[in-house]
Amino acid sequence: MATTYRTCPVSGLQFEDQAEKLMRWNAVAGVLWLLVGGITALLVILTRWPAIKLLPADQFYLILTAHGIDMLILWILFFEMAVLYFASSTLLRCRLATPKIAWLGFWLMVVGGITTNIAIFQGESSVMFTSYVPMQAAPHFYLGIILVAVGALLGTAVFFGTLVVARKDKTYQGSLPLVTFGALTAAIIATFTILAGAGILIPTFLWSVGLIKEIDAQLYRMVWWGLGHSSQQINVAAHVSVWYLTAAVIFGAKPLSEKVSRFAFLLYILFLQLASAHHLLSDPGMSAEWKVLNTSYFMYFAVMASMIHGFTVPGAIEAAQRRKGYTNGLFEWLRKAPWGNPVFSGMFISLVSFGFLGGISGVVLGTEQINMLMHNTFYVPGHFHTTVVTGTTLAFMSITYLLVPVLFRREMILPKLCQIQPYLFGISMSVLGLVMMGAGTLGVSRRHWDMAFSGAPFQYEWPGAAYLMMGLTGIFGVIAVVGGGLWILLVVGSLLFGKKLDGGKVSSQPTPIPPSTQAASAVAHGSDHVGVPGTVVLALLLFVSFVLYYFVNWKYLSEVWLLS
Amino acid sequence: MSAILPPSDRLWWKQPIDKVEWAWIAIAFVWGMIMFAMMIYWHVFGKQNLSNETYRTTPELFAAKAEKFIAENTIRTETDQNIPVVKVPAGGDGYLIARLWSWYPILELEKGQTYRIHLSSLDYQHGFSLQPVNINIQVLPGYEHVVKMTPTKAGTYAIVCNEYCGIGHSSMLGRIYVKGNQ
Repeated sequence: MATTYRTCPVSGLQFEDQAEKLMRWNAVAGVLWLLVGGITALLVILTRWPAIKLLPADQFYLILTAHGIDMLILWILFFEMAVLYFASSTLLRCRLATPKIAWLGFWLMVVGGITTNIAIFQGESSVMFTSYVPMQAAPHFYLGIILVAVGALLGTAVFFGTLVVARKDKTYQGSLPLVTFGALTAAIIATFTILAGAGILIPTFLWSVGLIKEIDAQLYRMVWWGLGHSSQQINVAAHVSVWYLTAAVIFGAKPLSEKVSRFAFLLYILFLQLASAHHLLSDPGMSAEWKVLNTSYFMYFAVMASMIHGFTVPGAIEAAQRRKGYTNGLFEWLRKAPWGNPVFSGMFISLVSFGFLGGISGVVLGTEQINMLMHNTFYVPGHFHTTVVTGTTLAFMSITYLLVPVLFRREMILPKLCQIQPYLFGISMSVLGLVMMGAGTLGVSRRHWDMAFSGAPFQYEWPGAAYLMMGLTGIFGVIAVVGGGLWILLVVGSLLFGKKLDGGKVSSQPTPIPPSTQAASAVAHGSDHVGVPGTVVLALLLFVSFVLYYFVNWKYLSEVWLLS
Repeated sequence: MSAILPPSDRLWWKQPIDKVEWAWIAIAFVWGMIMFAMMIYWHVFGKQNLSNETYRTTPELFAAKAEKFIAENTIRTETDQNIPVVKVPAGGDGYLIARLWSWYPILELEKGQTYRIHLSSLDYQHGFSLQPVNINIQVLPGYEHVVKMTPTKAGTYAIVCNEYCGIGHSSMLGRIYVKGNQ
């Protein structure tokens, strides 16, 4: 099929026509879902804020279901499709494989997303994101998710196909770029994940239309989390790739070691699936041996992988900055970083919040016995708002500040507000995660409409501190919604009213990536080696916080009732 | 040259890894081993481990067993719904039903005694969340989970349901009394 290639004059990136259109449509669809997810977020927050308690119970559970589906599945998946096409077609400078299939995937995801949302807003499918059986939703609730999954699978297949096209057309030489390699791991995990999803959602759909009599509650939980948690590993692999991408674009940073970073991505594929077991630690149907083994696969290699990325990403930035001459003291490289550039500031807040808050809380939460202190409490959404929101969503938001001029050829409007937005959103969302975890530590339940238990035969008074934490959740939640809303406004405003930028030269042939020269090779072989002492200090700070918080929770556990 | 280009050194896998990176990988690895060992250590020496004793059951079967237990051990009823307060024999078996939208019955325990509490649901999934102790256990229909519990402090405890179970979820509150030693 005839297609054209445009070379962006700002970035030098080369966009194939079909891939470019697909990236734009997927990104825009993602932003629209984020808008729906954001409105529902505000309603959820205003209801859980004890002083306001906006919605009645039935509407609250409906809105909370929509919030989970629209954010965790739709916003992120659509954006990830754009990331996959970018990491393959754009970075490898080749045509997209089978664009028609990619469009079919896109429209399946659109139709599926709308179908599931119709089911939710009709009111018969307030079953939450997890839709645990035997609570039943309307059949089209499941059907919509299945369509989204099939669409995403097609998109993933197009990504794999595009890698083959690049290899065949020789548009690059040697190995895949690290960012593409990271996206590849995300796509491989996505394939597993979607198959697990099909394995549970198709039977559940059949059950909802009466063709299957019963689905075992424990079996459902096990297979469903093969979808539910693994899909979060897609996000991790994707946003770590975006971190490397940002470091490369802003600083020209190269990985400290290709070998180490790629090995860490590989560990995600080998070990992240098991994280699904974290959700079953307080379940009756699995043995302790099963839980301990699957929590860790003996060695916590997946945690190790994230710790490696947490080191190599800032390390790559530090090395690049030091090469530019920012060599004073431990942290000049960081102080002199472009904090006014939202692409960088958002990425760095994402990195810190994901590591310190999301990462540490996740490992603690995923420890077999400690899980009993937190299972299904408000701690759990606290944890994943610092992984999937300040981690993934913020990383995606910050890279969008780059994509709007490059991909959509529009200048960002209101640059001052663009500068503020990552701080406003990132910091308030991080604090939100923290106070949610605080409330959860005090026992407050997730997915719960009424802390006062009205209508119950007894009374239970939560500690005052729990109300304080929930009040803070309300305040910082609203600020975070404002920060997210501001991003949508800035992005949509720029797409509509931003100054049009020159698209650059269009050619009917791709320009391959020039092979690296002997000289570049020699440079890479250590003659420009620089140490990264600042990153070492940051990493040790993370490690000490990790160890302390981990053992504090064992201390908490030792004080509760004896259980055996 | 950078992460968005193919590695400049075609034989990147032969490049030596920096000492600092090795050190960090070693720290991460050893820490992972320690965390793995901690879970096993706690199974051997710790006093809070979730029971492995689970049986397949049905709502009818479990309800029948619980009703028998309630009939034999009820000491009084409470609230205008006459919810039975059932004294679990010291060291013996107690049954707790989770259903839409109550925990049934009220259990009365003694501090320092160990009880075998049988948990199961008659309908949807529920979450046993003992407050203010903050112990949280998933309760599933079809599974009878026998959890050995030893209360360490006297008092009145609440059981919050923390697995979403429909419109009445937030009113699903149960109660456990723990009496001090006589």
